[in-house]
Amino acid sequence: MMSTVSSNGSKPAKTPRKNPVAGVATWADDRLGLASAAKKQVRKVFPDHWSFMLGEIALWSFVILLLTGTFLTLWFKPSMGEVVYNGSYDQLRGVSMSEAYESTLHLSFDVRGGLLMRQMHHWAAMLFVGAMFVHMMRVFMTGAFRKPREVNWMIGGLLLMLGILEGFAGYSLPDDLLSGTGLRIAQGLMQAIPVVGTYISFFAFGGEFPGDVIISRLYTVHILLIPGILLALIGAHMLLLVYQKHTQWPGPGRTNDNVVGYPMMPVYAAKAGGFFFIVFGVTALMGGLMSLNPVWRFGPYNPSQVTAGSQPDWYMGVAEGLLRIMPGWESHIFGFTISWNILVPGVIMPGVIYTVFFVYPFIEAWITGDKREHHLLQRPRNAPTRTAFLAGMMTLYGLLWLAGGNDIIAKQFHLNLNYITYFMRAAVFIGPVIAFLIARRWCIALQRADRDRLLHGYETGIIMRSPEGTYAEKHLPISTEQAFTLTSRDRDALVAPPSDADENGVANRKVKMMRLRSKLSSYWYGTTIQKPTRAELEEAHEHSAHELAKHEDGHQHLTSGEYNGDYALDGQAADGHQFDGRHAIEGDELRKH
Amino acid sequence: MSDSNNNPGHDVVGRGGHRPARDLATVGHGGDPIEDPGLHPHVPRPTDVDEAAEKRAERQVATLFGLSSVFAILFVVAYITLKIGDKPTLFLGYGASNVALGTTLGLALLCIGVGAIQWARKLMSDVEIVEARHPSASSETDRTEAVAALNQGITDSGIGRRPLIRNSLLGAMGTLALPLVVLLRDLGPLPEGDLSGTVWKKGMRVVNDVAGTPIKPEEVQIGQLINAEPAVFFEEENGKPKFEGSRLNQAKGKAAVIVVRMRPSDITPAKGRENWGVEGILCYSKICTHVGCPISLWEQQTHHLLCPCHQSTFDLANNGKVVFGPAARSLPQLPLMVDSEGYLVAQRDFDEPVGPSFWERGDR
Amino acid sequence: MRLISARLSAKRRSPFAGLVVLLLALLLTGGVYAVVSPASADSSPTAQSTMQQGRALFLVGCASCHGKNGEGIVTDRGTQYGPPLAGVGAAAVDFQVGTGRMPLARPGVQAPQKKVVYNQQEISQLAAYVASLGPGPAVPDKSAYDTSQASNADIVKGGQFFETNCTACHNFAASGGALPGGKYAPSLHGVSNKDIYEAMLTGPQQMPVFSDQVLKPSEKRDVIAYVKSIESAPKYGGSNLGSLGPVSEGLFAWIVGIGGCVAFAIWIASSTTRSKKGVKA
Repeated sequence: MMSTVSSNGSKPAKTPRKNPVAGVATWADDRLGLASAAKKQVRKVFPDHWSFMLGEIALWSFVILLLTGTFLTLWFKPSMGEVVYNGSYDQLRGVSMSEAYESTLHLSFDVRGGLLMRQMHHWAAMLFVGAMFVHMMRVFMTGAFRKPREVNWMIGGLLLMLGILEGFAGYSLPDDLLSGTGLRIAQGLMQAIPVVGTYISFFAFGGEFPGDVIISRLYTVHILLIPGILLALIGAHMLLLVYQKHTQWPGPGRTNDNVVGYPMMPVYAAKAGGFFFIVFGVTALMGGLMSLNPVWRFGPYNPSQVTAGSQPDWYMGVAEGLLRIMPGWESHIFGFTISWNILVPGVIMPGVIYTVFFVYPFIEAWITGDKREHHLLQRPRNAPTRTAFLAGMMTLYGLLWLAGGNDIIAKQFHLNLNYITYFMRAAVFIGPVIAFLIARRWCIALQRADRDRLLHGYETGIIMRSPEGTYAEKHLPISTEQAFTLTSRDRDALVAPPSDADENGVANRKVKMMRLRSKLSSYWYGTTIQKPTRAELEEAHEHSAHELAKHEDGHQHLTSGEYNGDYALDGQAADGHQFDGRHAIEGDELRKH
Repeated sequence: MSDSNNNPGHDVVGRGGHRPARDLATVGHGGDPIEDPGLHPHVPRPTDVDEAAEKRAERQVATLFGLSSVFAILFVVAYITLKIGDKPTLFLGYGASNVALGTTLGLALLCIGVGAIQWARKLMSDVEIVEARHPSASSETDRTEAVAALNQGITDSGIGRRPLIRNSLLGAMGTLALPLVVLLRDLGPLPEGDLSGTVWKKGMRVVNDVAGTPIKPEEVQIGQLINAEPAVFFEEENGKPKFEGSRLNQAKGKAAVIVVRMRPSDITPAKGRENWGVEGILCYSKICTHVGCPISLWEQQTHHLLCPCHQSTFDLANNGKVVFGPAARSLPQLPLMVDSEGYLVAQRDFDEPVGPSFWERGDR
Repeated sequence: MRLISARLSAKRRSPFAGLVVLLLALLLTGGVYAVVSPASADSSPTAQSTMQQGRALFLVGCASCHGKNGEGIVTDRGTQYGPPLAGVGAAAVDFQVGTGRMPLARPGVQAPQKKVVYNQQEISQLAAYVASLGPGPAVPDKSAYDTSQASNADIVKGGQFFETNCTACHNFAASGGALPGGKYAPSLHGVSNKDIYEAMLTGPQQMPVFSDQVLKPSEKRDVIAYVKSIESAPKYGGSNLGSLGPVSEGLFAWIVGIGGCVAFAIWIASSTTRSKKGVKA
């Protein structure tokens, strides 16, 4: 720290300048003791893969939402009080509207950058929910929700649900015709709930629809309650991620007990920070170039007006599709009405689907009996039943989405609106089953291909013709790194079927449940192709070694220049030179894998 | 299986250099078919070995950051010079301000992002680092110590030995929920009665929406659709409208109607409804019985009324019966008659609740 | 100065003058006829009144579905083949034929707009004939749909009418919408003022009628003024994405937004170029 001062120097002695950063850091550490945390976290390792950045899109979208949203709150008036419009948009001048709508018009036409911020806010909201979906699918497909990350999965489920509700509240705030129609539908949904429906509706809207308080109440929910809960949950989600460390793809050097990647400082911080700016930039470009929710064209909300093509934002499209394809079933019992046509699509089905996904880690853990900790990801093909289940669910989701836009599809593609609805009523049952079956077989086929690569090597594309006239393709062994990656997965174990009684003859009271579990586990794992055992690999490699070996009588199935019994070809691509027996390969620029 | 060569907490570079030829007859230990070959040795990037490439990359990153500043300044220029409001600046039919502000801001942000990423990819050290994981569970000693501390605390509190305190505390906490819930009571009025009636009364004129003009039967042609409201929405009292603001919207949400005319021979009225129309002119509620959207997609030849929200379709020649879609109940009909001056008026209010179903509705 | 007398001018005539005059007259008559007569090869060149000419056109192009006297044709099964035209009025003909919807190329749930077959004179003749079948709405005067003098208040009023009466089928931006059974409400983009007026007046096919007594001509004109104003309005926020509402917006959010961000993510985490040279000393 202290520099040596030369006593014989011509320059006068100088005290060394204190590093200003060091000064601040010392002041802070004296009070907060940050160094112990910093020493571990600053060089924390994060694995690098694009599929790990999907959750980041959601995180950065949330930050953008906070920033642009704060801007909007500076002008937006969450009041349903009536005013007469006197702003810049000609086609609505002199029209009575709520203050909420009027302030939105003001933002769009009389505040520079206001329309940009409105559109960026809305695009970011769509990205937020979309990224959460894509992230959720990635986590699901790779088995990253397994122990110890079940809690994080559930936190994520809550984030998704809250994000969707937040979006609905947000685009209802301007009180325009389209979102007002959506609020009307929400009110109808509330009202249809048995026993308490009308009470919930009257309490939410402060009386009959539309009342004069719903916009200000939605405002409170939208800028205070839900963002607060979201921030807390996102904090918990990140905290768990930091504590448990991120999962990683299997590969050379990667095991279940380590994490390989780049350190937080500087690489990961630069990549994540840079990605924040990229997501922000993409959102700004979208906000500038693509018009979104043009409320001035819809007009202020009026309960006797409606537009063709009334849909909610895309993330509510599933509920919309369910509502459209549901037949009109209603029961009247003892003077009371149960509206199945509203309850099933609005409350029951979404509730069931959501709950199944929410508790999914526990369902799968129960079926498979897997209690191990998992930090290595599974390739989707190595969990065929799970991947197929997701494929079925995605098909269901996609079909319901399309059903929600059936009138737009009918108009754009000149189809019959009613036929689309009839088709969807059948397709939502048949489609997911077909997708499940296809995806499962596909995964198993991919697993077979992997196993073939391990046992027999990869196909070189070199076709050899034997003197007898048969054709055969030559295989070369895959590199050790590739082989390790392919075998870096758990061996699946079936849950053993229960015995009816234990060794003392005491009857097993849970035998039915355990039998079900065993059956499910064998269905789950039954057709999965396991990785080859050491013995199988050895046998296969012996066979291929035979192919390359020089036999006593001098014949060789495969000639390869310098081959003399060791795997100089390990990791080399075959481009033909080694096999024609006429070319030397030394000095040849063989391509690596 | 864990690789015992990795030491926790230290930056460990993967085993580099030439890997010896693998004799696959002796494979890895521990039951795995293949032994971990270790990290792929680090291969340098051009920027690691070539000074010129490195300088080029540095210039590239700096240029990107510099461009970002340029775009940020262009943003300010666009903000100041491009007009919005009454006479907005236009560019190729687009609002120039929004397009320019969005593009400049977006590019300014993108350039920073891309620059940071390029910096990381080209210039920062890209040697992979290994860090050991710790088991998620706490250690056994930690667990026993935690449990012991908890137990000590519980014993010290004596709650185990004092069920009276415990139970009365639970009771107190439980009853505290009551004020919390009760405070929300005044969120809204209770729903009795408000769901059935609308503002329609005997003799109230049916008037055009927006214009407010009353309607004579001879003005209505076969195939016509009129979006109509009760006349009271356009009436004033002491210089103020009788209904305005949210009260108007509330009443409109139940009282909005449509008036259609078809050939009387096409209509099949239900029992008791024979005199609800006037020379083939019928009046129905405009509010869908599914979830309440206003309906006015009237197909004059099929006599079907389609709701745009979820495609419930009603046959207005057949008492508003549902012919397609998720609605469960037919559309309520408002009985019409003609008043002394020849205008269309309501005979009385609807005789069933208008709009979406609810629990207490029963089978009316 | 002597006046040129007929005897003098008679002496100056060539013996062929008469022949030339006759030829010229024939050419002139033929040329004028070729220019002004209808293109239809079947139109009777000897017909005098517009209505009769219209009837002639009707018999050729319309009677096969609408009946020889426009009485309509009902099939054996009792379904409508072509509806009766008594009372539809000249305006309906002007609209249907003027937008190419009629004559219908083939039966279907809805007559699509297609290439106009008749010229304006023929359309007027057809309209006159159909108008003679029974009283109905007449072709509106140009002043009825001329919106050049519309004030902003008129446009605003028209917007209120538009939102109440039209958006349910034609959508908020007049981009059109779906009807049951494969039918649709078409987009109004690029549709002329006259066509919009006549459509409101006559209620083509499934579209309801908006009679002049209920929706006054001035109110109709206000609606047209509003439609034209939103059609020519600047795209304040950028591309309109088809003006179809949240469905197309969601599509673009996924393709451009998520697609773009994921593409960037793939780039960020992809492996960079490797060098063949060794590590520098």
